[in-house]
Amino acid sequence: MSADGVNNERRRFLLATTSAVGAVGVGLAAVPFISTWLPSAKAKAVGAPVEVNVGKLDFGQILKVQWRGQTIGILRRDERMIDDLPSLDDRLRDPDSAESIQPSYAVNEARASNAQFLVVNMHCTHLGCVPQLIPQVGAQPFDDDWKGGFYCPCHKSKFDMAGRVYNGVPAPTNLTVPPYSFLDEQTVLIGVNPEGAA
Amino acid sequence: MGKAASGVGRQATSFLNWVDQRLPVTDFWNAHLAKYYAPKNFNFWYYMGGLALLVLVMQILTGIFLTMHYKPSAAEAFASVEYIMRDVDWGWLVRYMHSTGASFFFIIVYLHMFRSLLYGSHRKPRELIWVFGMLIYLLLMAEAFFGYVLPWGQMSYWGAQVIINLFGAIPAIGEPLTEWIRGDYFISDATINRFFALHVIALPLALAGLVAMHLTALHEVGSNNPDGIDIKKNKDEDGVPVDGIPFHPYYTVKDIFGASMFLMIFAFVIFFWPEAGGLFLEHDNFAPANPLVTPEHIKPVWYFTPYYAILKAVPDKLMGVVLMGVSVGVLFLLPWLDRSPVRSIRYKGNWYKILVFTFAIAFVRLGMLGMAEGTPAQTWEMRFWTFIYFAFFILLFFLSKGGAVKPEPERVTH
Amino acid sequence: MKNYKNLLALAVLLLTLPVSGAFAAGGGGDLKPSGANINDLGSLQRGAQLFMNYCMGCHSAEYMRYNRLAEDLELGEDMVMRNLIFTDQKIGDPMTIAMSEENAEQWFGKAPPDLSLIGRSRGADWVYNYMLGFYRDANGGWNNTVLENASMPHVFWQLQGIQEPVYKTVNENGIERQVVDHLELVEPGSLSPEAYDDSMRDLAAFIDYLGEPAQLKRKKIGVWVMLYLALFAFLAYLLKLEYWRDVH
Repeated sequence: MSADGVNNERRRFLLATTSAVGAVGVGLAAVPFISTWLPSAKAKAVGAPVEVNVGKLDFGQILKVQWRGQTIGILRRDERMIDDLPSLDDRLRDPDSAESIQPSYAVNEARASNAQFLVVNMHCTHLGCVPQLIPQVGAQPFDDDWKGGFYCPCHKSKFDMAGRVYNGVPAPTNLTVPPYSFLDEQTVLIGVNPEGAA
Repeated sequence: MGKAASGVGRQATSFLNWVDQRLPVTDFWNAHLAKYYAPKNFNFWYYMGGLALLVLVMQILTGIFLTMHYKPSAAEAFASVEYIMRDVDWGWLVRYMHSTGASFFFIIVYLHMFRSLLYGSHRKPRELIWVFGMLIYLLLMAEAFFGYVLPWGQMSYWGAQVIINLFGAIPAIGEPLTEWIRGDYFISDATINRFFALHVIALPLALAGLVAMHLTALHEVGSNNPDGIDIKKNKDEDGVPVDGIPFHPYYTVKDIFGASMFLMIFAFVIFFWPEAGGLFLEHDNFAPANPLVTPEHIKPVWYFTPYYAILKAVPDKLMGVVLMGVSVGVLFLLPWLDRSPVRSIRYKGNWYKILVFTFAIAFVRLGMLGMAEGTPAQTWEMRFWTFIYFAFFILLFFLSKGGAVKPEPERVTH
Repeated sequence: MKNYKNLLALAVLLLTLPVSGAFAAGGGGDLKPSGANINDLGSLQRGAQLFMNYCMGCHSAEYMRYNRLAEDLELGEDMVMRNLIFTDQKIGDPMTIAMSEENAEQWFGKAPPDLSLIGRSRGADWVYNYMLGFYRDANGGWNNTVLENASMPHVFWQLQGIQEPVYKTVNENGIERQVVDHLELVEPGSLSPEAYDDSMRDLAAFIDYLGEPAQLKRKKIGVWVMLYLALFAFLAYLLKLEYWRDVH
């Protein structure tokens, strides 16, 4: 054994090349393993868009459905409820929905593509409880001037009839609006944006 | 530039010093790699040990990922394997790596053991390495058996039925023992649940411990080589064997090359031939376990079939089981059965070459016959090879002491 | 050296002696090769159509999802929804059937098995031969040359027509027995024998695919993995040679 006449440069080059190619291989081999943690075809099928018929819903009534393990509410609002919304703006934390999560077609006063129907993820943005819908206007134990909205029993967060959060409550942002679209006037598809929108 | 690099280098060295004072990292590195001197004349057969370690690591890794999706219950197991094969992203690859890995583990271990026969690696002073290796082999068979039950196909079920009933042959305690193993009156949910626990945690832990013992014992006495001579007898002024080279970098680079060749074969099977014609994944195992329907032809997976053939060769239940047990157990005695003054086949006479080759043929042929349906002619052939199998050990004991030898060289042939 | 060669020759001779049944693919003696090709997309699509129309009346394929089928066979989800799903199932659902196991057992004597994995447990060739092997027996009922006394009726009889067996006498250990020699088409179906043969080849290809949908992707990825490993092995070999220059 001897180290005479060793071409160190060639040795270093081969070592670096083999290591680099080997590292790329290990990295590529890791991809399948990491990917096994993604939602499987089964999870995707269970989490597929949900079709909801809203034709029988009365004004002020909410229909709750499950989509991807979340409770999604569809609230039908009358003219009065929609007209009341701007009057609350100065009592809200994010009246224009600038900080909240919703599709672009829900960035408006009613937070909906069709103002009559609010489609909203019912889980409070504070810690995930499901707030109650209290549509009646009038004094409530938690608010003297209640215009109707959602009230979270867990930590007393309040939201208006568009799911917008009040000032001075623990919830940081408005209730989240999931992607949805209308297949026809009476059918909402939850989980899919309308064609051409995001 | 150079200054910055040396600065980083100094920091790394001082960090290593800090660690070394608390954990002997450098000592360990030197003792087992950089200053572990291995004979320089290793040939093809000496790739197997490293490859076995590689496959063990792969089996553990793929196994961990499979347990994340597999459900160990009689009602859900079969469907959960298909869930892995179809619904989990890349699940099929992880599963094939694991199922193919199991068979390759045995191919490698058989070659590794045969290497020992060729070059006398189990001979004094390496008897304990062999014994630990044999224990690894035994646990590996148990591990493979439990693993084969988990997909809960027809072969899983009926294979388990046959193997568990072997214990029923033991007089007096046989029947209660099989009930205890199954945890039920038939192979059921309770059985698959406990086999799962053994397969994923108990046996892998024990295997890892035994592998550590196997390697510690090896590094204590040093590696044998194809010439079977002791390289430690001939050292230079620094106390380094003149025929030894540091394991790192020489055998690390060589083993990386060996591993890449192995991975090519391994990947070929995984991607183009995962069932291996029904050898690695049996056709009947793609039908869910059904206690009411016995498959036409039950056979264990290929790596058990040599012993299965010995079992089938004996026309008595208890004696068959006993002989099968002896056929495995006798392997433990190999270091003491070979009494030849030389280790390697290279310096033994033709008597040893003939013995070893006949034994190897008997083993493979028994394996083939173990898979067959079992015509009367085949039963007689199994008996013939069973006789040869055992004759090997007896002849080895008597022929080795006075058997012809050639002079061993002073230095290894390289 | 000569010694070794003789021994090796002997070993090879011994180890190539046939061992009957060792590698038999799940029962069934002499099967005619189906020629089913899972890489033929058109064949797979036609096979899927046959499967949905004829098999799924009674058989499920519960481990297969419709949307996987739509994607792998390049059919499109709309097309599958409109033309292949005859129930109110959703595109992501597994291919189950409405028939309950109890009902099925009552009607057929034995519940029709799920077919997700029949291509792996029996093989495509078996399925192909089975579908060609139906004949009308002396009692006017259906029987099959591949699976004797199968409880399944011939669902494709309108396509294939009706075959009847021609028997021959064989002598087995001195006992004379009547066995089916070949089948004869006694009533033509709507397809010519060649066209029916092709259809069943398509069906066998689809059944093969159904057994392991990942195989289409698997082989494609395998080529790249092999190329990568070849490159790595080449580099590792050069590196090994370079270091081993030190060892004399």
